[in-house]
Amino acid sequence: MVTLDARSEPERVNTAAALPLKSSPLQRLSSALYLRPALLTFLLLTPPLLWLGVIYLGSLFTLLAHSFFGLDEFSGVMVREFTVATWAEFFGNPATWDVVTRSALMAISVTLAAALIAFPIAHYMVRYAGMRMKAVLYLGVMLPLWSSYLVRVYAWKLILAKEGIVSWFAALLHLDWLLDAVLETPVVGGPSLSTSYLGTFIVFTYIWLPFMILPVVAALERVPGSVIEASGDLGAKPGQTFRKVIFPLAFPGVVAGSIFTFSLTLGDYIIPSIIGKSVPFLGETVYRLQGTAGNIPMAAAFTVVPIVIMGIYLTLAKRLGAFDAL
Amino acid sequence: MAGAEATPAVSFQEVSRRFGDVRAVDNVTFDIADGEFFSMLGPSGSGKTTCLRLIAGFEQPSSGHIKVHGVNVEGVPPYERDVNTVFQDYALFPHMSVGENVEYGLMIRKVPKAERRQRSEEMLKLVKLDGMYARKPSQLSGGQRQRVALARALINRPRVLLLDEPLGALDLKLRESMQNELKAIQRQVGITFVYVTHDQGEALSMSDRLAVFNHGRIEQIGSPSEVYDHPASQFVAGFVGQTNLLDGYLAQRLGGFPGMYAIRPERIRILTPDAEVPMGVATIDGRVDTITYLGATSRVEINVEEGRLTVIEQNLEGGTAVAERRPGANVRLIIERRHIQPVSESQ
Repeated sequence: MVTLDARSEPERVNTAAALPLKSSPLQRLSSALYLRPALLTFLLLTPPLLWLGVIYLGSLFTLLAHSFFGLDEFSGVMVREFTVATWAEFFGNPATWDVVTRSALMAISVTLAAALIAFPIAHYMVRYAGMRMKAVLYLGVMLPLWSSYLVRVYAWKLILAKEGIVSWFAALLHLDWLLDAVLETPVVGGPSLSTSYLGTFIVFTYIWLPFMILPVVAALERVPGSVIEASGDLGAKPGQTFRKVIFPLAFPGVVAGSIFTFSLTLGDYIIPSIIGKSVPFLGETVYRLQGTAGNIPMAAAFTVVPIVIMGIYLTLAKRLGAFDAL
Repeated sequence: MAGAEATPAVSFQEVSRRFGDVRAVDNVTFDIADGEFFSMLGPSGSGKTTCLRLIAGFEQPSSGHIKVHGVNVEGVPPYERDVNTVFQDYALFPHMSVGENVEYGLMIRKVPKAERRQRSEEMLKLVKLDGMYARKPSQLSGGQRQRVALARALINRPRVLLLDEPLGALDLKLRESMQNELKAIQRQVGITFVYVTHDQGEALSMSDRLAVFNHGRIEQIGSPSEVYDHPASQFVAGFVGQTNLLDGYLAQRLGGFPGMYAIRPERIRILTPDAEVPMGVATIDGRVDTITYLGATSRVEINVEEGRLTVIEQNLEGGTAVAERRPGANVRLIIERRHIQPVSESQ
């Protein structure tokens, strides 16, 4: 023991001294960075933070600033002077509230429907599906996300059109009376599914459904099997276990998914312009105001609405623990 | 212990549980008496946990019958069984407070709120967690969570309490004190405890009786001293405590018949080579190979004519070892004949 120690001591010193001597500039740089993790973090984070700060936040504030500019009455050219005229007009116009309420109600309905459809699918995927079935379902949920959004929306237009697949199928099953009854429902109905609120709602729900399923799956995956067994062990029937244990534990996942479905529906301007009543939604209004109407200040004012709504929504979602499930 | 005619708390009759080709539990028959502290001991994959899950109702037997207090429980779901489980990972409900966790079973059975509260406070006192009612499980230490799991199961006054390696995740000191507490609580409440563990020390120190599992079968059932002093098989002798297994010529000379014998290391005494040998003991001459100091005891490895024997000696003298315990020293080993246990060979 003693001899071994005596021999190894100088060797250790030698190797330690030899390392820095032989190192190249690159090695010196890498050890310098290794010894200063704060510097490394700074170097790595500066470019993306600059990008986020300048491009994202910068444009957001420019947008906000634009809503405080006005339009010249005669030429229609934007005047870069501070005024609250745009906001006065925004709040004064009843059409504004039409657009805001319509968009918000659509976003809420789509979110509720997506949650109702997604939960059973997610629950089946996590608790009951075998390995193979689970892979198939995952693929089924993800696959639409890899194909073009526009193609899918136009496909739905064909499905929902007056002489489209749905009405053809309803006729085949002698259920055309049911379809007609649905279309005659006030507010949600219309001449055909593709020109009704119901159609817009169906397509929105379809398009954003994966964004609800995936967070709910993630949340359910995190509920340990033993906790569910424990509930049964303590006398709870499967329905009670679902209500008292599984659903409360997966609820943050539902809220996380609803952030996607809600915000995506609120801001989308393509689906309502292709399928539905041709009435303005928020995204569409912004698109029209900044494009054909050339009213940049009013477009900016309208853009602030979903930002405010989402701000409120995210604050509530944070309270419900949604960000623990992302 | 309960009389012979009393209904056993749990009764397995030729129970098997297969998962595909694997026989997790293979034709097992045993009874657990009412009020008994019964341990199921075995390595992982030996079928002990599956047996527990069969009693709880999380698994159904592939064949055979299970009775709980005389009632056949075939097809009875867990939520209709009068048994409760303490899970290995505690399985506390993370979204509920400690009190709500403990009251869960009562809440499900619609016990009035005031009674629930009173009984859960009593339970928390029993497991020494008074004042923790409003805490969340995430704010508790491992040992405290373990107690909450125990209280949550006991509050339902089950006729049988199942414990699945409940102390496995705790550190040594805490585990030892929890062993004593569990035993005390069992005496206090008088409920049958079925305790699954892979820790032979735990099983020996806590149980009234224990069953040693291996490959889905029970190798031996008995009181701790029966299992330790008279291991039925090679596997039991090796799994419960340390042992010297002998077969061949030396075994035949010591045991009197050909076969396999087990000798506990602490039952062998080391003497000087010329020491006088008392009557009625077996003797083996050997040479000390290594000595490992273990504090209270020392482990001495001794080369003998047909292999090697391990001897555990109490360090009664303390300080430096006695002359004949030096490596290379010739020694004479003596073993009382009753400590030479014939055992059957295991697969």
